[in-house]
Amino acid sequence: MVEFSMTHAWLVPLLPFLAFAVIVFLTRPWKMLSALVSVGAMAAGFVISAYAAYGVFTSHSLIEKSLEYSVRWFSMPGLNIDVGVKLDPTSAMMLFMVTLVASLIQIYSIGYMRGEKGFSTFFAYMSLFGASMLLLVISSNLLEMFVAWEGVGLCSYLLIGFYNHKISAREAAKKAFVTCRIADFGLLLGMLALQIIFGTLNITELGEKIANFELYTNAATLTLVAVLVFLGPIGKSGQFPLHVWLPDAMEGPTPVSALIHAATMVVAGVYLVGRMLFMFLEVPEAQQLVAVTGAFTALFAASIALTQREIKRILAYSTISQLGYMMLALGVGSLTASMFHLWTHAFFKALMFLAAGSVLTALHHKADIWEMGGLIKKMPVTGATFAVGGLAIAGIPPFAGFWSKDEILSLTLSGGHPVLFFMAALTAFLTAFYMWRLIFLAFFGKEKPENHPQESPPVMTVPLLILAFLSLVGGLVGTPWFPFWGEWIRFGEFHHAAPDYTVMILSVILGVIGIGLAYKMYVKDVSAEQRLAERFRPVYTLLYNKYYIDEIYMWFNHTLVDGAAKAMYLFDIYVVDGIFINGIGAITRDTGSALRVFQTGRLQNYALVFFLGVLAVAVILAITGPAPAGLVWGGVR
Amino acid sequence: MDFPILSIILLAPVAGVIFLLFIPKDEFKLIKSVAAIALGASFGLTVYTYFAYNQTAGGLQFVERYPWINDLGVTLFLGVDGLSLPMLLLVTMIGFAAVFASWNVSERPREFMILFMLLVVGVMGTFVAQDLFIFLLFYEVVVIPIYIMVIIWGSSKRVTKEYAGMKLTIYLLIGSAFLLVGVIAVFVRALIITGVPDFSFTGLAQVPFPVDFQIYMFALMLLGFGSLLSMWPFHSWSPDGYAGAPTAVSMIHAGVLKKIGGYGLIRIALYVLPAGAQFWAPFMAVLGVAGVAYAAFAALAQKDLKYVIGYSSVSHMGYVLLGIASLNVIGINGAVATMFGHGVMAALFFSTVGFIYEKTHSRWIPDFGGLSQQVPRLAVAFLLAGLASLGLPGLVTFVPEFTTFIGAFKVYGGLAVVAITGVILTALYILRAAANTMFGPKRAEWDHLVDIRGPEMVPLVVLGVFLVVFGLLPSLLMDMVNNGVAPLVAEISDVLQIGGRF
Amino acid sequence: MINSLSLSIGITHFLVLSSLLFGIGLFGALAKRNAVMVLICIELMLNAVNINLVAFNKFVTPLAFIGQIWAIFVITVAAAEVGVGLAIIIAIYRNRLSVELDDFDWLKW
Repeated sequence: MVEFSMTHAWLVPLLPFLAFAVIVFLTRPWKMLSALVSVGAMAAGFVISAYAAYGVFTSHSLIEKSLEYSVRWFSMPGLNIDVGVKLDPTSAMMLFMVTLVASLIQIYSIGYMRGEKGFSTFFAYMSLFGASMLLLVISSNLLEMFVAWEGVGLCSYLLIGFYNHKISAREAAKKAFVTCRIADFGLLLGMLALQIIFGTLNITELGEKIANFELYTNAATLTLVAVLVFLGPIGKSGQFPLHVWLPDAMEGPTPVSALIHAATMVVAGVYLVGRMLFMFLEVPEAQQLVAVTGAFTALFAASIALTQREIKRILAYSTISQLGYMMLALGVGSLTASMFHLWTHAFFKALMFLAAGSVLTALHHKADIWEMGGLIKKMPVTGATFAVGGLAIAGIPPFAGFWSKDEILSLTLSGGHPVLFFMAALTAFLTAFYMWRLIFLAFFGKEKPENHPQESPPVMTVPLLILAFLSLVGGLVGTPWFPFWGEWIRFGEFHHAAPDYTVMILSVILGVIGIGLAYKMYVKDVSAEQRLAERFRPVYTLLYNKYYIDEIYMWFNHTLVDGAAKAMYLFDIYVVDGIFINGIGAITRDTGSALRVFQTGRLQNYALVFFLGVLAVAVILAITGPAPAGLVWGGVR
Repeated sequence: MDFPILSIILLAPVAGVIFLLFIPKDEFKLIKSVAAIALGASFGLTVYTYFAYNQTAGGLQFVERYPWINDLGVTLFLGVDGLSLPMLLLVTMIGFAAVFASWNVSERPREFMILFMLLVVGVMGTFVAQDLFIFLLFYEVVVIPIYIMVIIWGSSKRVTKEYAGMKLTIYLLIGSAFLLVGVIAVFVRALIITGVPDFSFTGLAQVPFPVDFQIYMFALMLLGFGSLLSMWPFHSWSPDGYAGAPTAVSMIHAGVLKKIGGYGLIRIALYVLPAGAQFWAPFMAVLGVAGVAYAAFAALAQKDLKYVIGYSSVSHMGYVLLGIASLNVIGINGAVATMFGHGVMAALFFSTVGFIYEKTHSRWIPDFGGLSQQVPRLAVAFLLAGLASLGLPGLVTFVPEFTTFIGAFKVYGGLAVVAITGVILTALYILRAAANTMFGPKRAEWDHLVDIRGPEMVPLVVLGVFLVVFGLLPSLLMDMVNNGVAPLVAEISDVLQIGGRF
Repeated sequence: MINSLSLSIGITHFLVLSSLLFGIGLFGALAKRNAVMVLICIELMLNAVNINLVAFNKFVTPLAFIGQIWAIFVITVAAAEVGVGLAIIIAIYRNRLSVELDDFDWLKW
């Protein structure tokens, strides 16, 4: 079975894809059946992934040289594209994580989506998403990855716009797609350049060739290519300045936010950079860009999250911020730390989103955390699991987030990036604060009489419990004392660094202070935020309005892009059409009407002209003598 | 040539036409069924031909030759290779689908179908002809039915249908006038050089034309074929023409007819006049890029669905031109495949918009909103076509576009980047149109709409299947195209690099 | 006197006669309003040509009969033409009750 799973890893994406086809064409009228098909396919994928992961994590040879097999997708002279499977610890871990989280979230969705109109459609989309995401994970070829990349983008579009009768959902979906498209433009250019320079898009081959890139190109070009490639992840993983779509993506159903916009799809960008890390490590400027973008995004998004009021929006900014961490880790050159944070984040962020979904269901989609309060009494499981997620993200040991975040922090410091370390540490503090602000406001404090919350059914709470458990123990695979993770998932040599207790203690302190401050401001003294907001009104407004980035883009889009569009169209109508096309038409017509006055219709006039013509010829001939033969024939001969 | 399959493909619709002449004009169902059967037979046979084509052998296959005008070296020379087969498949597929897209035509359906089938025969003929004279002959066959169909069954919105029909026809004719001059000059020159009259493509390609002559003639052909391909700035017939034309004509026209321009550029201009192509390639690239960006912006400003697609198709043809201008195998492969992909996509798009227009009598985007709740299948078709238009991987347009970009990026670098921005702009206008038409709160005035069903589903099914299958398995298309393009490019690049013929 | 007179009649006289005849015919054809008159004038022009033909035949190639033959052709054609022309005029007259050429301007734009 292990052998089978490793050589048939392509089944993992294929099964959900078949599920998609089956639901769309066959089982759509039967809701439960559709859900079962979808969950079943994903669960089967999970089983295969688990076996494959077991196989990978027991054969040491796969760390250095991944297991690869492929078939030709299309080819022509000078362009051969294969699609295939690249199985190594990183992709095996992703397969395992994605199928696990996706299965749990799909099970949860059965409860969450109950009674929705597009129940089957929802599961079809979820399956399609799973298929694309898993294909992305196992891709051995950048173009194959790009196909899956756009596939997840499409599913994200469809699922954000799932409630597309709402204008906000439809606009959010469009925004997500277009924003990612802008980023993909860069990625596409980068891929074109890679293909042209190195003649392949196979990741392994690229790795070999880029190691000696001087043979093919110069460093400046490769830096440019790396930056172009990095543009794609900036969009997909919601990095500044293309993060704007991710908060709006919360218009989709909550399981979608959990699966796509927290746990899996948005980390695709991180994963891609991780896959192409060999390229970024060759060009330090590009790597620097990754690190700075990551650190800045982490801090930037965390600062916005401080003031937001909607529960899912806070989680969305938190996701952006955590993705920044992952990018930072890659930027300082550590695949290990980045993938580790990706792994733990998937669990605790999925957990928090699902818990938020549970809250939203209970409160009939009232999203403002200021209108919640004391929910933990009525919803103990949801509240407790959410708190576990909160502890994990705040970096409190032994919860999962602590280990991964700690590793990123210590690597940043030891890698010689004090400024980035400061930004990351500050973010850690802010994260603890805003996340516990949410928890205290929503789950603790006074109950609101107008709310009548009820705990969700087991089909929803059981996945929560499983994810809470994973958030608790998920980080134990990579502690400084038991560096299993670093041994397997890495780029380059394995360094077993001694535990850095300074950073560790610092990060715990920051987390605790953040939680404590939140407790003081939102449990002890509820009006504190009000007072602070009054005092720092401009800052608060700026943060609350997300630095007005959306407004700037809107202005850009509506003024410049639409203006240019209008200009081109008017040019088309008035210049190309008006002057040239219709102008030529008008000239023809006017010439005709000028000439038609000669058509008197009187035969005798015609005959007169005819006679004068003959006379003229005769006179000319009489003057010039006999007709020279050349006059008639010379033009032809 | 034991079994004249190409002739049968060509003649099946003609037989349909003759049959229709004897059917009473009010037998609506029967008339459409006859058209569907005739075009379906062509379609089926073409699919068979496509898969029966022997790719290892390559070259022209299913060849038929009937001498016609010996003194001019004209033979009725039919044959297909990797370049023409995808195009032939495209015509018959769209022709078949278009009959069903016009299923509800109730005004003079018999005349409509007769003209339509003649139109399809004309377009098919241009792709199977291997003789320049026959090519032009079929090309002229195309013009007349289009004009009549537009002015009788068309619709007047921003411009009247008479204006649209006239514009379309005059452009086609101007294009063919330039072509005719070029073709006659090439033929006469070849006759002087070789002393043997020969109109066949392969024969003409062997003639060592002087470089100056090639440059002038290529310019003529570029004008002729380019205006057919809606090359910027000779594109303005395209939005107006499609908007005025009835659904079936828009489908055929945007789907395949304008591809005759690209096909001709490769098959005739490039093949026969390689040195001219080399001279003009940078200009073609600039015009292509200008077309991509310009038309994409113009599409963004449109409020009429057909205009959106019309400009979009101009924009996509810019990619084709750019691919051809790259003059390498990858770029030209991409260009041909893009023509195929765009054809399927545009046909589906026009059929969908046609249905919307038929049901609502409007194409004005602000009139719509939330249609996906009232006509979900139409919304699926719309979205499928839209996503194909913006080049979503997994649909038929992605791999061709990617290939084009590689070919062009290699040669033109920064210029190609401008064209690639088209992927962003396309996403912007397509998604905007989709959002404002299909999504959002539903409107009560469209509650009475009936979703497409029965025969109306055929375009969605047929074209949708090709969109997805050729998208997931691009080698079905790319291998075939490469089979036609690679030898052709190999031949001309010999000439260009070594100067073999001069 | 008679002799000298007969000797002095050369091709010039024929040509002068025929050009006069042609001029009269042309003037009539261009200036007359009545369609029948125009037809008659066209006959005059044709006959002027005939005189020319015969005269040239007589003075230039006396042995061949090309000019005469051609003249006979012209006469035949003229007869046919008058036949058709009169038929048209009668047809128009039935329609319009007029043979004035000024009324026949339907070819006008």
